[in-house]
Amino acid sequence: MAAGSSTASDRRTWRRPTAFRNRYTKWAVYGAVLALVVWSVASLRITPGRFLSGLGYGYELIGSMLPPETGSESVARLVDRMIETIAMAMVATVAGIVISLPVAFGAAGNLSPRPTYYLSRGIISVSRAIDGLIVAIIAVIALGFGPLAGIVAISFKTIGFFSKLFAEDLEDIDMGGVEAVEATGATRFQSLVYGVVPQVVPRFAGLAVYRWDINIRSSTIVGIVGAGGLGVLLQRSYSRYEYDFVATILIAVIAVVLVAEFVSAVVRRRVQ
Amino acid sequence: MLETENLGKTYPTGDEALRDVSVTIDGREVVAMIGPSGAGKSTFVRCINRLVEPTTGRVLLDDRELTGLGEDELRNARRDIGMVFQEYNLIERLTVMENVLSGRLGYVSNWAALRRNFPPEDVERAYELLDLVGLDDMEDKRVDELSGGQRQRVGIARAVVQEPKIVLADEPTSSLDPETSRDVMELLTDIAVRRDVPVLINIHEVDLAEQYADRILGLHGGELVFDGPAADLTEESKGVIYRGEEPPESATAVGGGEPTDVETADRRADREPLPAED
Repeated sequence: MAAGSSTASDRRTWRRPTAFRNRYTKWAVYGAVLALVVWSVASLRITPGRFLSGLGYGYELIGSMLPPETGSESVARLVDRMIETIAMAMVATVAGIVISLPVAFGAAGNLSPRPTYYLSRGIISVSRAIDGLIVAIIAVIALGFGPLAGIVAISFKTIGFFSKLFAEDLEDIDMGGVEAVEATGATRFQSLVYGVVPQVVPRFAGLAVYRWDINIRSSTIVGIVGAGGLGVLLQRSYSRYEYDFVATILIAVIAVVLVAEFVSAVVRRRVQ
Repeated sequence: MLETENLGKTYPTGDEALRDVSVTIDGREVVAMIGPSGAGKSTFVRCINRLVEPTTGRVLLDDRELTGLGEDELRNARRDIGMVFQEYNLIERLTVMENVLSGRLGYVSNWAALRRNFPPEDVERAYELLDLVGLDDMEDKRVDELSGGQRQRVGIARAVVQEPKIVLADEPTSSLDPETSRDVMELLTDIAVRRDVPVLINIHEVDLAEQYADRILGLHGGELVFDGPAADLTEESKGVIYRGEEPPESATAVGGGEPTDVETADRRADREPLPAED
């Protein structure tokens, strides 16, 4: 008996090490996160009563959306705006990618000198830091209402996204081939078009389509602040309490985005 | 003719990869450079076309100093140096023909390179070389469809289409099986004869070096410890090269009296009074 219990206490125990320094820190962090959430709810004055009455209003709203408006005049307006939305996304994608190319090459650490690298990374950070709607508001103030403001805003956001991801692909290429091309006496430009470009063409196509799909989604929303597309219609109709038309617009938005996502997925699967 | 004078390379990390290597390679010699891993073989070859920038010494190709050339002049000089790589260093997604023609990039405009528009002579030459290396009718295949041996043949064709004054091969057989390695060595020695150019091959398989090279250079710890005809490579000299043993008095060492070295010494003496160009 005595011998048995002593071997049991000699047995080594094991516990999974925590990602935090020790267990006390772990529980302290969990506690702090919970306290932060509670404080946020309290300071926003979200009470169960308000939540319930909100549910009631929501139910009424859905009721007033049904059935969606399908009058021929409304549908014609909707189709016009849908075409505008898709056109905005196309133009913004092309413009954004054209501007992104030099930025992406500049931001690839293996291809560009240090000063260019930091400048390009700076451009990317600025473009990524500001949300698309804020850019759209600024563009509307600068250029007036309409799709041009939307195109500028979406192009601007495309630069940050596309340059960053494409620069990462450029950094992943095999430099051996590039080195060999340089060793034959090729110019820098030649080693880019001969050694680098062929390696990244499929990734370029995939990223371009992916960004096009994101831009379709963005161009449905920037209209909320007056920058053209379906969003303009959406904003107008709910400020006039035409909730049945709002429902039609939402269905149109979902349809456009789903089609864009489908096309994008098919193309990307093919090129990669 | 390629000459290196006291070539040395110290990497920024402080590793001295190469120290005082002076070599002359001429005619249609096949020169094999052997030595243990890390002896500086690759550094030496890359210092010649300045893929690696040497820290001391000079490189001369047909009496033109390559060290110290500006960017444009270096590009022109590189057209005269063909290079074959261990990992082939081809552009995998391009066709065999495009890879071979990349050897002519130094002679065409940027616009022509973009459109793959090479002069007919270049295309003709590329076809002839594909025949020579045994890849006839493969010009439209993509390189990633080829086997290792075939890829290395494309690499050799790319180097030779440059019409170089010297071919450098950096471990051309290390990624290949023994049979294919022999084919590649045969092809390289064949090219030296047919094209009348010297070929410098870095290699770690000593038997291949002895079998195919006219002359052997041995590097140990960044220093040249053997330079002589393949027939003079004895067990002792291998000990010097691979294990850093002290050479016995009688053994062939650097400057050990074979005719090429006497010539080298003479030529070097002749050049000494020339002012060093920047």
